[in-house]
Amino acid sequence: MPVTIEIPKEKWAGKVREVTLGATPAEGGTRARTLTVGGEGTLPFLHFDGAGVAIPHAPALALEVRDRRPDDWSPLLAEAWGEALADPGDWARAAEAAGADLIVLTLSLTQADGSPNTPANAVAVVKKVLAATGLPLAVFGPGQAEKDNELIVPVAEAAKGERLLIGICEDKNYRTIVAAAMANGHLVSSKTPMDVNLAKQLIILIHDMGMPLDRIVMDPTTGALGYGIEYGYSVMERLRLAALQGDSMTQQPMLVTPGEEAWKAKEAKVGEGVPGAWGDWRRRAVNWETLTGSALLQSGADIVVLRHPESLARLKTQIAGLMQA
Amino acid sequence: MPMTGLEIYKLLPQTNCKECGLPTCLAFAMKLASKGAELKQCPYVSEASKAKLEAASAPPIRLVTVAADGHKVAAGNETVLFRHEKTFYHKPGLFIRVRDTEAALAARVAEADAYVVDYVGIKLSVDGFAVEAASGDAARFAAAVSAARGASQRPLILIASDPAVMEAGVKAAAGTQPLLYAADENNWQKMAEVARAARAPLAVRAAGLDKLAALTDNLKKAGLEDLVLDPLARGYGESLAALTQIRRLALKKNFRPLGFPVITFPGEAAGADETVLAGQHIAKYAGFIVLESFDPAMLYPLLTLRQNLYTDPQKPIQVQPGVYEINNPNGDAPVMVTTNFSITYFAVNNEVEGSGWPAWLVVADAEGMSVLTAWAAGKFDADRIAKAVQAAGVEGKIRHKRIIIPGQVAVLSGELEESLAGWQIMVGPKEAVDIPAYLKTMWPRTN
Repeated sequence: MPVTIEIPKEKWAGKVREVTLGATPAEGGTRARTLTVGGEGTLPFLHFDGAGVAIPHAPALALEVRDRRPDDWSPLLAEAWGEALADPGDWARAAEAAGADLIVLTLSLTQADGSPNTPANAVAVVKKVLAATGLPLAVFGPGQAEKDNELIVPVAEAAKGERLLIGICEDKNYRTIVAAAMANGHLVSSKTPMDVNLAKQLIILIHDMGMPLDRIVMDPTTGALGYGIEYGYSVMERLRLAALQGDSMTQQPMLVTPGEEAWKAKEAKVGEGVPGAWGDWRRRAVNWETLTGSALLQSGADIVVLRHPESLARLKTQIAGLMQA
Repeated sequence: MPMTGLEIYKLLPQTNCKECGLPTCLAFAMKLASKGAELKQCPYVSEASKAKLEAASAPPIRLVTVAADGHKVAAGNETVLFRHEKTFYHKPGLFIRVRDTEAALAARVAEADAYVVDYVGIKLSVDGFAVEAASGDAARFAAAVSAARGASQRPLILIASDPAVMEAGVKAAAGTQPLLYAADENNWQKMAEVARAARAPLAVRAAGLDKLAALTDNLKKAGLEDLVLDPLARGYGESLAALTQIRRLALKKNFRPLGFPVITFPGEAAGADETVLAGQHIAKYAGFIVLESFDPAMLYPLLTLRQNLYTDPQKPIQVQPGVYEINNPNGDAPVMVTTNFSITYFAVNNEVEGSGWPAWLVVADAEGMSVLTAWAAGKFDADRIAKAVQAAGVEGKIRHKRIIIPGQVAVLSGELEESLAGWQIMVGPKEAVDIPAYLKTMWPRTN
């Protein structure tokens, strides 16, 4: 019996906002290229729902670079990056060579000699990274309100016009960073702890300060594989469904940090004193990061921040396959 | 698609005889629609109506079970596209593929069969083996199936396209319920006979959903009900589209010809990474996944991903209550207490471990809630903490009598001093991230 099936297609009322990171010399910056994310009119990679325009941009893959050699990163990451870890400029160059679409520079609380990080040092590092790579750049503080403000504001001023993505904006600390971004032509990352309503609320607050919505990226917070990934995964699916259903304040592109989360997990970080059933350390560790990132691509990630170049290469292949309509 | 009360009412005798226990047929129909009654309560319903009602109440994705020696893997019966809408019910079975041309088949099966990994107290392992008649020879295939059966009691998927070869494999697997892979446009009649005789579920393979639906339709007419689909969509993009379309057709359109679980072969896609593609299939809609390789470094993350995504969002993963040793604690190490919500436990455990401090971590049974939620619900009070500390037997392991409770429940310290007589109660930080700094100040190291 011949059967002709009508495939059920979704027609959504809303779509994700497009956000462009980085500015070329013509646009007032120094970047060799810009990066546009978002714009999806349907759920991740479901091209059959639309007429070819539903998913205008592939998710971007970012690599995290630190302002100095990290104290607590897994030896596997140290091995992957080698001596580049000692210099943020070299590291950014290596990340670009590894295929990153975006560099995420995280500033540390302290400098290599143990003294507190300073605005002057932060600015110098950002300038160095901007000089070393033509990729768009995100710059995040160490995650402590006072220090974030102290370091990020001068960075925003020094890199005026570059359309950096800066953060971390959290509900207890967003005003200073949003104001610095608005005054200097940058974008902000709005980070909230795995909750649909909190994510939406902070977007509203940041927008209420006068920040245009096409300059806000949202970080719904990621749990690593085995460490709560299902919470982040479902919050992202719910946020994306809300965005497609037309809820304006959930329509920001999503940034997730599987690199940071996965490499905190013992499964990735350490190779000794763990059960034999965990298997070969190197393969397991990279699988941990790759599978965390891969699952988040399925739940709507637009920017995936990674730490290991091999995870980036593997997810790049997956995205290429998923973007073929 | 479930029928409404009124639609059901039209199929009932409409005599209001009350023998079902309800005052009218309409009331009974309403109860049936809300699943508050069963059709067998009506003694007079016609056979024709019964068939229609049963067909309408069948799940949109059929539950298909493969089994052997007490091991069972069931796939299907899913009701949602997104886990937050309800939950995903039946974890996709992970099967390791072996071929009858492999000299080391039995050894490979035995190695993978013995594999067990512990994830938050849950023992995870592979679900079974897919034995392929790569030789095309019936006797050789039968010998391979026997060898696999000798090395493992887990269920099998038998892979052969020649029905005669398949029959030999089925005989060698007698006494079990394997999945037969696969019927296609050319062999389906004979494969249907083999499957029917063996009472085994049958996988169906065709490129394109139209052809696949036509085949399942034929097989249903031939009397087979337990089918599994292979849309022959192998790569990242193709498989996501095909599996999503099949799930949508089943759930949104109640499209019966594709209302079956799907089998995938992530190792067969050219240019794809088997681990990554298997992960994608776990997230998006596979029922059975056949893996080419057995590698613990790949299986542990895949099994964990499956466990996480198939966790009922209403019932979070819990950690076994008890005492956990972090960084080889001795008698002077601090005793800390927290709840058995897995994320809470991980947060505390990771911070303590990362701090380098040795510690005894007592995990209380708070019914899987986080500290503040559990406290508000009365599941993490002085009584429960005291019981947890006593049950953990930590007292015999330490040379002090001090315990650190989460800062969120500082209010419990007075009560706890009574419940745990002789103990000094210390109030720790509110957030796990502040634990290392807290320990540094409050618990100077002696070892």
